Amino acid sequence: MEQARRSLLRWLLGGGFTASIISFLYPAFRFMSPPEVSEASVDEVSAGKIQDLRANQGKIVKFGNLPVLLIRTSAGEWRAFSAVCTHLNCTVQYRESSSQIWCACHNGLYNLNGQVVSGPPPRPLDEYAVHIRGDEVVISRRA
Amino acid sequence: MKRALAVLCFAASLSAADMCVECHSVLDGNLQAPAKAFSNDIHSRFGFSCADCHGGDRTASDPEQSMSRAKGFVGKIPRTAIPERCGHCHSDAVFMQKYKPRQRVDQLTQYRTSVHGKRLAAGDTAVATCIDCHSVHDIRETKDPLSPVHPLRLPETCARCHADAGHMAKYKLPTDQFAGYRKSVHWEALAQRGDLSAPSCASCHGNHGAQPPDVASVAAVCGTCHVMMEDLYKGSPHAPVFASMGAAGCVVCHGNHEIKRPGIGMLAGPNAVCSQCHDSDSAGGKAAAEMARQIGSLDKAIQKSDQVLAVAQQSGMEVSEALLRQREAKEALVKAAVAVHAFQPAAVQKPVQEGLAITAETFHAGASALDERRFRRVGLGVSLTAILITMLGLWLTIRTIESRKHDAETG
Amino acid sequence: MTEPGKTFAWFEERLGIASMRKFLAHKTVPVHAGTAWYYFGGITLFLFVIQVLTGTLLLLYYRPSPGEAYESVQFIMTRVQFGWLVRSIHSWSANLMILSAFIHMFSVVFLRAFRRPRELTWLSGIALLGLALGFGFSGYLLPWNTVSYFATKVGTDMAAAVPGVGHHIARFLRGGNDVGGATLTRFFGFHVAVLPGVTTLLLLVHLALVQKHGMSAPQWAEQEYVRKHVPLPQMPFFPNFFLRELMAWYAALGVLGSLAALFPWELGIKADPFAPAPAGIRPEWYFLAPFYTLKLIPSHVWLFEGELVGLFGFGLLALWWVALPFWALDRKGIERTRWVTGAGVLLLAYLATFSALGYWK
Repeated sequence: MEQARRSLLRWLLGGGFTASIISFLYPAFRFMSPPEVSEASVDEVSAGKIQDLRANQGKIVKFGNLPVLLIRTSAGEWRAFSAVCTHLNCTVQYRESSSQIWCACHNGLYNLNGQVVSGPPPRPLDEYAVHIRGDEVVISRRA
Repeated sequence: MKRALAVLCFAASLSAADMCVECHSVLDGNLQAPAKAFSNDIHSRFGFSCADCHGGDRTASDPEQSMSRAKGFVGKIPRTAIPERCGHCHSDAVFMQKYKPRQRVDQLTQYRTSVHGKRLAAGDTAVATCIDCHSVHDIRETKDPLSPVHPLRLPETCARCHADAGHMAKYKLPTDQFAGYRKSVHWEALAQRGDLSAPSCASCHGNHGAQPPDVASVAAVCGTCHVMMEDLYKGSPHAPVFASMGAAGCVVCHGNHEIKRPGIGMLAGPNAVCSQCHDSDSAGGKAAAEMARQIGSLDKAIQKSDQVLAVAQQSGMEVSEALLRQREAKEALVKAAVAVHAFQPAAVQKPVQEGLAITAETFHAGASALDERRFRRVGLGVSLTAILITMLGLWLTIRTIESRKHDAETG
Repeated sequence: MTEPGKTFAWFEERLGIASMRKFLAHKTVPVHAGTAWYYFGGITLFLFVIQVLTGTLLLLYYRPSPGEAYESVQFIMTRVQFGWLVRSIHSWSANLMILSAFIHMFSVVFLRAFRRPRELTWLSGIALLGLALGFGFSGYLLPWNTVSYFATKVGTDMAAAVPGVGHHIARFLRGGNDVGGATLTRFFGFHVAVLPGVTTLLLLVHLALVQKHGMSAPQWAEQEYVRKHVPLPQMPFFPNFFLRELMAWYAALGVLGSLAALFPWELGIKADPFAPAPAGIRPEWYFLAPFYTLKLIPSHVWLFEGELVGLFGFGLLALWWVALPFWALDRKGIERTRWVTGAGVLLLAYLATFSALGYWK
């Protein structure tokens, strides 16, 4: 009887101990193995290749969690601005016909410096820095 | 008395630039009020004096000189003469160039085309003149928040007459515009959000040449801001039909002053606008029902995702990316609402499908977050069980050891 | 000889730990009404070990620069397997460790464990508490969110208020004139290298002293048994007390796991040095009492700047508290019982009240 109790106790303690150690070590080992995406996102985003945009064209790119408008001007310069309209947060677009940035919601217009030309927006668009690396276009936050 | 006044004014004249203000500031009541107010007037800042409107001699300290008819003094200007008097300077481009080169000089011309101007010319002094809107003696710039024509104060200035049933009775005009406007989305934007670009009376009716827009030009007026809606409407079946009916475009469905936030309730349901003309089994009625169904489905999908993401976020799960993706889904909903103005279900379907794709994604993200949450709690349960069993084992071991020891000690 | 026996003999020949084994086998713990308080030293030590382990794991992914710190913590919380668990345990355990250290300190005061010959144990313990607070302060900045940024700003501002050397202390802490990337690098160095090194050394001293002098029993416990003409009952450390301590440690693990799973530590919003400070900035709870006290002091007290008076007051209070073992006994060697108890109760009441006020105001 005593023997049975002692061995039950041993099982309980040993089993519980082993199980608890496994429940601590398992997450630790999974933690140490690198995840699929192995790098944290930094303050810069690749926006495709130079060839993707011709002159006087724009496209929306995801920067972190917010949209950014990338523009290649008629002169071939690269500009990038926050695509969130400063009026009521609609997403702006590039208007090739007038080479301006336009917001469809209430007809707000910005020029190629991000400044308000007409309409309700109260503030200019935040500008982002664009760098060309080889044939890749990279957008980063302005210092 | 006159002598005393003369002495007083002479004493003041030794250091004064504008005797009118100097003397009148020491009087009381209605004679003092304009002088006191004038320091706030933009004209005073530019060096103008009472005499520039009322005539007379600003430099004379003797009332008989300063207010002499010979020197052009007219006293209180009759209401019918006010616009011309203001226009004397304000319509003179060369004159205004000296003070405000870019200010318009066509206010008087415009005023004469307005209902106010025409009626005043016919002798009706109950209509608005310059001073009724811009105030008098303390005229401020439009951008000054204390000006009665500052965007935030303009509606109540117009309402002073236009919401006064007694005043408007003889013109047989309604007086519910201000009350209606105050319930509108435009007033909400202006007064509550401080969005000075939001329209008030002058934005649609004009200011000096105030007239209600023609039936034919309503869509163009609304379209100065609501460009997409106007474009779609012009290409839609409604435009020629309304034009031929003499119906006022946007106003037919949205109203003019009490413009409420639009919703599916306008397309379908007991208060639907569409059903006012279209029977439910007509092509138009069916189109309205279909558009309402489409938008409703996207709205519901967005709410479903919002709910699941809120629960996930509250229990500490990381869903910031999905929450921001929801932004795009809500934009798709806005696009769908805009597309209604083409009055074709196919036009509405495109943004709705885009939105539904996004909500499927965000719902999946939320559901995964909740799955992860469940996994964590199950994992916690497993490890807690192991911990509790171990603790039980430890406790029993302690008891066993100590009872054995106790037995050994007590024999 | 059994296999374990052979292995043991091999190590024994090379390490000579038999004497340590014998010592541990004879180590006892007094049994009396206050025995439960003896666990808190061990719990603090256990939580420190948890911090070292989870901290080392976090080091595999954390990046100490303003452009990457927040993102790397976000990466840990969202992409790394069980990253949320390791990070949340690290943050919760930090708070529990400091709480446990305070409980340990107050129980030492109320049970008079600082009495001769344990004065050095007390002093090394106070130093360890200071190091723990340093760990908390330096670690708090590392996630680089708005709360941590501004709490660090407020904290280093307080250091700058010390007369004379304050400006230099603040510059040393911040790595410059303002809290920025230099501060982050520096705090990271303090947190993972300097403080752990110093703490390990002091811990060894503290633990060695505890083993040397044994567990102290309060005088009222000893006197109770003197009257009964019976020695104070003792419990063997191995296995009795140790098994109980294991239970306490397992309980702590259960609490930590539950907190981490049910209340994961938040990411916050990335720090923006150019944004204005949000309303209601305050430091972590263990700094709330002095923080709130400083807020209450008027800007000028007689001739002196209020902050200066506050810091001077804290300095005096700290000195008086640290010197406890030395003024606890009067000339004749009789304990100033009421003074000591009173001091302990007052300090506890002050810390508790002002921390609560600092939290809710």
